[in-house]
Amino acid sequence: MNTAESQVKAVNKPAAKTKTKRKWKRWAIHLFPIPALAIYGLFIVYPILAAFTYSLFDWDGLVRGAFIGLENFQALFSLEPYKELFWNAFQHNIVYFTGQLIAQNGLAFILAFIIYKKIKGAEFFKIAFFMPRLLSIIVVGFLWKLILNPNFGALNVILGKFGLESLQKAWLGDPDTALTAIILVNSWFGLGFAVLIFLAGMQSIPHELIEAATLDGAKGWKMMSKIIIPLMMPAITIITVLTFIQSFEAFELVYAMQGSQGEPYHSTDTLAIYFYRLAFGGSSGGGSSAIGLGSALAVVLFLFISVFTAILLYFMRKKEVEM
Amino acid sequence: MKQNIWTRPLYYVIAFVVASISLYPIFLMIMSSFKPSNEIFMNPLSLPKSFSLEPYRNLLEQVPFMTYFYNSVVVSVTAVLLILICGSLAAFYIARYTFWWNNALFFFFLMGMMIPIKLGIVPLFILMKDLGLTNSLWSLIFIYTATGIPLSILILTGFFRTMPIELEEAARIDGATDLRILWNVLLPLMRPALGTVMIINFIQAWNDFFFPLIFISNEMKKTIPVGMLSLFGEYSADWGALFAGLTLSSLPMMILFFIASKQFMEGLTAGAIK
Repeated sequence: MNTAESQVKAVNKPAAKTKTKRKWKRWAIHLFPIPALAIYGLFIVYPILAAFTYSLFDWDGLVRGAFIGLENFQALFSLEPYKELFWNAFQHNIVYFTGQLIAQNGLAFILAFIIYKKIKGAEFFKIAFFMPRLLSIIVVGFLWKLILNPNFGALNVILGKFGLESLQKAWLGDPDTALTAIILVNSWFGLGFAVLIFLAGMQSIPHELIEAATLDGAKGWKMMSKIIIPLMMPAITIITVLTFIQSFEAFELVYAMQGSQGEPYHSTDTLAIYFYRLAFGGSSGGGSSAIGLGSALAVVLFLFISVFTAILLYFMRKKEVEM
Repeated sequence: MKQNIWTRPLYYVIAFVVASISLYPIFLMIMSSFKPSNEIFMNPLSLPKSFSLEPYRNLLEQVPFMTYFYNSVVVSVTAVLLILICGSLAAFYIARYTFWWNNALFFFFLMGMMIPIKLGIVPLFILMKDLGLTNSLWSLIFIYTATGIPLSILILTGFFRTMPIELEEAARIDGATDLRILWNVLLPLMRPALGTVMIINFIQAWNDFFFPLIFISNEMKKTIPVGMLSLFGEYSADWGALFAGLTLSSLPMMILFFIASKQFMEGLTAGAIK
C-alpha cells in the first residue's frame, strides 16, 4: 500500500471509527504471544508441575487416591526391589555418561581438530560423521541390533573373516558387554554433532591469537592446553552439559535394543527405562502404586538433572576465558 | 608450526577409519534391503546378487507402511507450520515491543529448553486422555509444537533483533497493522532463520519415537518410528523386510540432507551454539 493511497483512505473514513480501530490495533498486539503461551503452557509447563504433585499421592492405576506426603519417595529408596533397581539403574547412567564423554566426545574432539587443521575433503568427512545423526534413534537401535546379532550379524561375520573368531560374542546378550555396546552405538549416532560443535568452537578462536602463540614458541600439547582448549571452553561446556542431560534421560536406544526390562538381567537398565516401567509397564512389582512411584522417580531425576546441570555450568563457566 | 612428517598421514588415516565406521552400517542397511532374507543369512556382507525388490514387497504386505508414512508427513508438516506461526508471533512481540514483562516472558519460554519433558509424561498422558487425543495425530502435533516453541522463539527473537527498526516504520506510518508488518515486511527477510527452525523441528518430529510410543496404540495412527516397533516385534525373522523398513524410514531425511547438507548441519548445531 503506498502512502498517497492510504491517506486517501484515512480521509474517507469517519473519525470515530478510525479511533476505535486504532485502539483495537494497539490492543491486538497482546494476542501475539497467546498461541505459543497456550500450547507451551498446557503441554510442557503444566505436566512438569503436575508430576511434582502426582508424586505426593497414592495411585490406583490412573486414578488418584489419598495424599500420602513423601511415602512414595520413601518406598523408592528403602523398599526392595525399588531400592536395588534404582541404584542399579543409576550406576548405569553414570557409566553411560562417562562412556559417552570418552567414546563420543573424546573422539569428536580429535576429529574436529583434524578438520580444523584443514585436511583435504573436510566437507566430505563432516558429512560422513554426521550421517548417522539423521536416522531416527529407533532405526539406529534396530539396525545395530541386527548388526550385533550373534549368528547372522555383520560384526561377528567380519570378525570371522579376519580370523578373530575368539572375539565373536553375543554382544547384546552378555551382561558384560551389553551396556558398552549400547554406549558405543549411541556414540556412533552422536559423534558428528559433537564434531560440528567442537569445530565451531575451534574456528571461533581468533587467528591472531594462534599466530601470536606460535611466535612465542607454543606448540604441540602446550598450544592445545594453554591456548586452544581454554579458548573453546564454551563449546566444551555445551557438549558436556548436553551429554550429561542426554545420558541421564537415556531411554530410546536401550528400549529399542534391550526392551523395557533393560535385558539381560537389568544389566542395561537406566533410570528412564525404570521410570517407564513403573509408570506404564507395571511388570516389576509396581502394582497399584506404580504411578506414584514413577512420579517420585521422575521428580528425583528432574531435580538431579537440574542441580547437576547447574553445578556443571557453574564450574565450567569459571574456566571460560574472556576473549 | 613444524610438524612431524607422519602427522598429516595419521590425520587422514584416523578420519578415513572413523568415516568408514560412520558410513558402513548405513551402506550395509541399504544393500541388505535389496536382498531376500536367505541371501542375507548366507552372505551378510556381499553386494546383492540381483537387486531384488522382494523385501520391499514383503514389507508393504506385512505392515501398513504407507499409512505410517502418511501419518509421519501429516504430523511433521503440521507441527512445523504451527511452530513457525506461534514462534514468529511470540518472537515478534518479545523482540519488537518493550513491555516490562517481556524479559520475564522470554525467560519463561527459554526455560522450556532445560525442562526434560519426558519426565512429565505421566501427567501428559493423562492430559491427552482427558482431551480425547490419545490415538489421535493431534496429540503428537501438539507435543511437537510445544517442545519446538522454546528454541524457535530463541532463534527467531535473535533474528528479529538484528533487523533495523526503520524497515517497519515506513509501513507503520502507512497504517499497516502489526500482523501485516510481520507477514509482509519482516518474514520475507527471515528465510534463513525460518529455515533453521523448520529443519530442527522437522527432524525432531519425523524421528521421534518416545511420544507415539506412549500416545498411540492404534495401528492406523502410528508414525514411522513406532511402526518400526510393530515390524520388529512381529516379523523379526524376515531380515530383508526389516532392512527394507529401516531404509525406507530413513530415506526422506537422507534425500533432504543431500539437497541441503550445509543447512542441516548449521541448523542442527545453531540451537546448541546459541
